[in-house]
Amino acid sequence: MFIKLKSLLYNNEVRAILFQILTVVVIAYFAYQAFDNMMLNIEQSGIRSGFGFLNDEAGFAVNDNFFLTYSPASSNLQAFYVGIVNTLVVAITGIFFASVIGLIIGIARLSSNYLIRKMATVYIEIFRNIPILLQILFWYSTALSILPSVKNSLSFMDSVFLNSRGLFLPKIVMGTEFYLVLASFVIGVIVYVFIKKRSNKKHDDTGIATNTIPHFLGLIVLLPIAAYFVFGAHLEYPALKGFNFKGGTGLSIEFFSLAFALSIYTATYIAEAIRSGIDSVDKGQKEAAAAIGLKQSQVMRLVVLPQALRVAIPPIINQYLNLTKNSSLAAAVGYTELVTIFSGTVLNVVGQAIEIIALTMLVYLAISLVISLALNIFNKKMEIKGK
Amino acid sequence: MAVYPLKETKKAPQSQTKVILWLKDNLFSSTSNVLLTLVALYLIYLILPPILNWTIFDANFDLTADNQSCGREGACWAFIYDNFKMFIYGFYPQEELWRIDTMFGLIVVLIMFGSWIKKSQYRMHYIIGAFLIYPIAAFFLLYGGLGLEVVGTDKWGGLTLTIVVAAVGIVASFPLGILFALGRQSEMRIVKFISVVYIEFVRGVPLITILFMASVVLPLFFSVGMDFDKLLRALIGITMFQTAYIAEVVRGGLQAIPKGQYEAADAAGLNFLQKTTLVILPQALKISIPNIVGSFIALFKDTTLILIIGLYDMLAIVGAATSNPSWLGRNSEGYVFVAMVLWVILYSMSHYSKKLEVRFSTEHKN
Repeated sequence: MFIKLKSLLYNNEVRAILFQILTVVVIAYFAYQAFDNMMLNIEQSGIRSGFGFLNDEAGFAVNDNFFLTYSPASSNLQAFYVGIVNTLVVAITGIFFASVIGLIIGIARLSSNYLIRKMATVYIEIFRNIPILLQILFWYSTALSILPSVKNSLSFMDSVFLNSRGLFLPKIVMGTEFYLVLASFVIGVIVYVFIKKRSNKKHDDTGIATNTIPHFLGLIVLLPIAAYFVFGAHLEYPALKGFNFKGGTGLSIEFFSLAFALSIYTATYIAEAIRSGIDSVDKGQKEAAAAIGLKQSQVMRLVVLPQALRVAIPPIINQYLNLTKNSSLAAAVGYTELVTIFSGTVLNVVGQAIEIIALTMLVYLAISLVISLALNIFNKKMEIKGK
Repeated sequence: MAVYPLKETKKAPQSQTKVILWLKDNLFSSTSNVLLTLVALYLIYLILPPILNWTIFDANFDLTADNQSCGREGACWAFIYDNFKMFIYGFYPQEELWRIDTMFGLIVVLIMFGSWIKKSQYRMHYIIGAFLIYPIAAFFLLYGGLGLEVVGTDKWGGLTLTIVVAAVGIVASFPLGILFALGRQSEMRIVKFISVVYIEFVRGVPLITILFMASVVLPLFFSVGMDFDKLLRALIGITMFQTAYIAEVVRGGLQAIPKGQYEAADAAGLNFLQKTTLVILPQALKISIPNIVGSFIALFKDTTLILIIGLYDMLAIVGAATSNPSWLGRNSEGYVFVAMVLWVILYSMSHYSKKLEVRFSTEHKN
């Protein structure tokens, strides 16, 4: 009996089960203790619990607000939505500019021109080795000290103004006219996609390439502009009233410093990803492409880049995720995104730390999940299919 | 028989000599290249002069100057000179500064002694001993006790705090990270599940939300009235964060170990603990070293975030120093100085990690 028990104890599977039970018990014990203490602590400090606070009046104003209606009388829930939208807006702006700068710097690093190559290297080495928070604070304080006051705003055609509070732009007046312009844009995109598909098919079947750039310009750029004038949509212009601009739409200087710093910083990583992607393409590919008579530009566009991007895009998407997470550093300069509004202002007013931090984390987890899902789909699609 | 006298070798034409050839090849090889060179020169012309003017030509290097006499058109380096000790030591009491110096000096001595006994058979014992004893010694030196006056963590700051937080973060997260990496690779379902959830959760949220959690939510989980040091809370948050990243780095190393190694260890009759510590981890960790250094660099950069929860790392000292009425508005000088110091540290670390990568690379070089 005893010997049987002993041999059981030395059985690997039995050990695994025992170990797991032990782990679960230990974790459950600590979780119970933590929960118990938490209840006691909450009771003692007299803070409410639950998500009722979301319906309370927020009572604070936000600097930047895109698309949503919000005023200090709105609820905390609406403030939460404003925070999410602002996070997404700064992240998408940052992602766009970081990609553009990163692509330019990445290609510049491989340039045959010595000066260009060295400048790209210096750019990367400087900006990737300085903490992003320091860069955000530096650009913010520099922008504040360089830009003129509201009274002496720099103006462009009396419709765009720049000063130490931010950039003020004309605002689109929502209405039937605007929706017609939007509709013409959507129609343009659909028609263009159709034309592009047909030209791709023609290229696949016959090898004759059609230039679709004029179609692109005509349908996606010119058509909405024409619709704008035909239907008589109009803009609301910002104007100086008292101490600040009224009307129009504004982008705060906090938004600019944050988006600028994020773009400059993340671009260094994207440039490195693109460079290593191009480096990863076998030399034989370039030589083979040159041997069948492709021009230098065609070699790059048709042979090297498609293969380089396969390698470069996964790390680039990871950088997009990092940029989105880094946008939470807005708390340091006060751009009103999710962390600033929710884990900052609302937390100070309401004091319900657990619910508020959990909601904030949930949003970021959702964003991370969506981005890694996109990455998985891309990897599946790009997999080299063996026979 | 015809005689062919040796002709004197011609000198390379003027345009083919070193400098000009180099210029031609690298800067002016084609029309587009010439254009690029001009664009680059124009960019340098736009960027460099204002920077040089502000930092050097228009700057005031008079170290006794004050905020008024310095002027506003260039940098005022007296600000840095005046606050230098604060940037390095934070608010640590003047007469106790030797303790911080000793702490850093001790590291240098330990490393020098370690490289001196490189060939000794006791080297491993020495390294492990140093790793165990040094943190305790450093703690007593910094915090006090054992006859030294206690200096509260609210007095810690500056570069010292940055280094302390980064070092504690890496040392504490290393064993935890290895545990989670093993957990994620484990065949035990519950252990694996817990590890995957923890790692993916932490990697999915920004560090700042974890710091907020550590500073406002964590105290709620402990008994009422238990006073929690602010720095300790930040350290817990940083360690939680870094653990997930180290776990992923180590997992990469574990995955690179061929299956035969596991099977050979099993065949030799080693149990799980022996197999892991004697066969698998030594190889996995060696492969992961460059990435661990990379992760440490990222942690060092992230350390600046502790200013958001109210700790005074080197970056936060800029705010503290410029809120002093005698140095109002000198933020730019502060940021530039801190950026230069951190840049030198981070650049040398990333340079070192690149070297390691080359040294540990098993790929064929072409």
